[in-house]
Amino acid sequence: MSIRVKNDPGGLHVPHSQLCRIASASVLLFSLIFLNQKMARAEDVTVAVAANFSAAMKEIAARFESDTRDHLIISYGATGQFRAQIMNGAPYAVFLTADDVTGKQLADDGLAVPDSRFVYATGALVLWSPDPLIAGSLETLLEQGSFKHIAMANPALAPYGAAARETLENLGLWNHLQDKILYGENISQAYSMVVGGGAHLGFVAKSQVMRHGHWLPGSVWVVPPSLYKPLNQEAILLLKGQNSKAAHALMAYLKSEKSRSIVKAYGYVP
Amino acid sequence: MPSLDDWSSLLLSLKLGCTVTFVLILISPPLSWWLAHSHSRLKPLISAVTALPLVLPPTILGFYFLLLTGPNGTVGHLTLALGLGTLPFTFPGLVVASVFYSLPFVVQPLTNVFERVGHWPLEVGATLRASPLKAFFTIVIPMTVPDLMAASLLGFAHTLGEFGVVLMMGGNIPGETRVASIQIYNHVEALEYGQAHWLSGTLLTLSLILLVLVQKYGLSRKRI
Repeated sequence: MSIRVKNDPGGLHVPHSQLCRIASASVLLFSLIFLNQKMARAEDVTVAVAANFSAAMKEIAARFESDTRDHLIISYGATGQFRAQIMNGAPYAVFLTADDVTGKQLADDGLAVPDSRFVYATGALVLWSPDPLIAGSLETLLEQGSFKHIAMANPALAPYGAAARETLENLGLWNHLQDKILYGENISQAYSMVVGGGAHLGFVAKSQVMRHGHWLPGSVWVVPPSLYKPLNQEAILLLKGQNSKAAHALMAYLKSEKSRSIVKAYGYVP
Repeated sequence: MPSLDDWSSLLLSLKLGCTVTFVLILISPPLSWWLAHSHSRLKPLISAVTALPLVLPPTILGFYFLLLTGPNGTVGHLTLALGLGTLPFTFPGLVVASVFYSLPFVVQPLTNVFERVGHWPLEVGATLRASPLKAFFTIVIPMTVPDLMAASLLGFAHTLGEFGVVLMMGGNIPGETRVASIQIYNHVEALEYGQAHWLSGTLLTLSLILLVLVQKYGLSRKRI
């Protein structure tokens, strides 16, 4: 039997080596898939971060990790959703919310350390359009209403949406613009409506249209802070992070000058 | 350019897909056979529960999974009492939720196939003194292998694409529950559209290939 195989010119030999290659490739793939988890996980501080802060947080995390050698495991998402998850046992140690009420609610529920709460960033609202040709006249454009659609976040769900509504109400334009407003679920959806061209302009976060201290190309009107309540974003230490040195270190780091300068460069008021 | 996190999320998606498909292959054939041939009064109810993921918004499913399996939920109490901890925000939790979520995509096509096959394989088996169980595994399963493959591929593809349930149950934790679809969401939220495009393109290509395979297996089944 074995002699016949040897005499057979390539009949069994080639498929055999191919089979080996396929087998070793699939073993490699599967070990990659199943070992991946161990490699990616270096347990330290688990942080929940409001989605609007993710660009700034990435830079803060990189600096924090190189300064302290602690490792951050960061999840980005909607503040309300994080709150629901924390109430159901989510393993976060530190929570950077998008408002100034969620932290207090979690502390009242006994899920966070009450006196750890502080404002890590204050958001700023801008009216923005990717079209650079209308520079300097966005406010006038808004008053004239000479556009088809304007985007903003849903005032009932998102702090930036509430601020946009307040601004329009204070300008006396809210009722007038009703049928031109497109609502995004959150501020990033409002932004993508403007970028995607569905809306000519929109109320977005200053942090979304600013990179490293420079505006993105387009037209912008920084809404005067007197027109809406401050968009204070609070950080809070959760019960699960109470005994973690690294979690305390991160809270302290967020108050440091280093962190505050990054926050400012990303368009927030530190 | 894809980052290390992107690759890690893709691998995690594949790992979730493989695990969920494995579980689905184990539980779907018996369930489908029962749904195809039982006259039980419970059948419409079980059939409806299996189909729920088709009609309910995924975030709602995920939310109730979270409430049910969290430390304050009924299932959560049970798993805690058994010393297993709680399911949300862990990989096993994702597997359990995804199995339920992808179940109709495997069970429904298989039920249709088993209905078309009818009872005769078991009857033929009986003439050869095979028990119904033995006949099921030695006649029905081998003759429906292509359908099993197609249904499993569909379940696999559906698991790769799920988002709402995974976001609610998993909590977006890197390396543990941050699958590719959630990583895309992260990129979009962070306005990193380039990386979002790259990952979406990869998922799209993968899903397209899988669906072509499903079609191929499905079409070769005209003989029954």
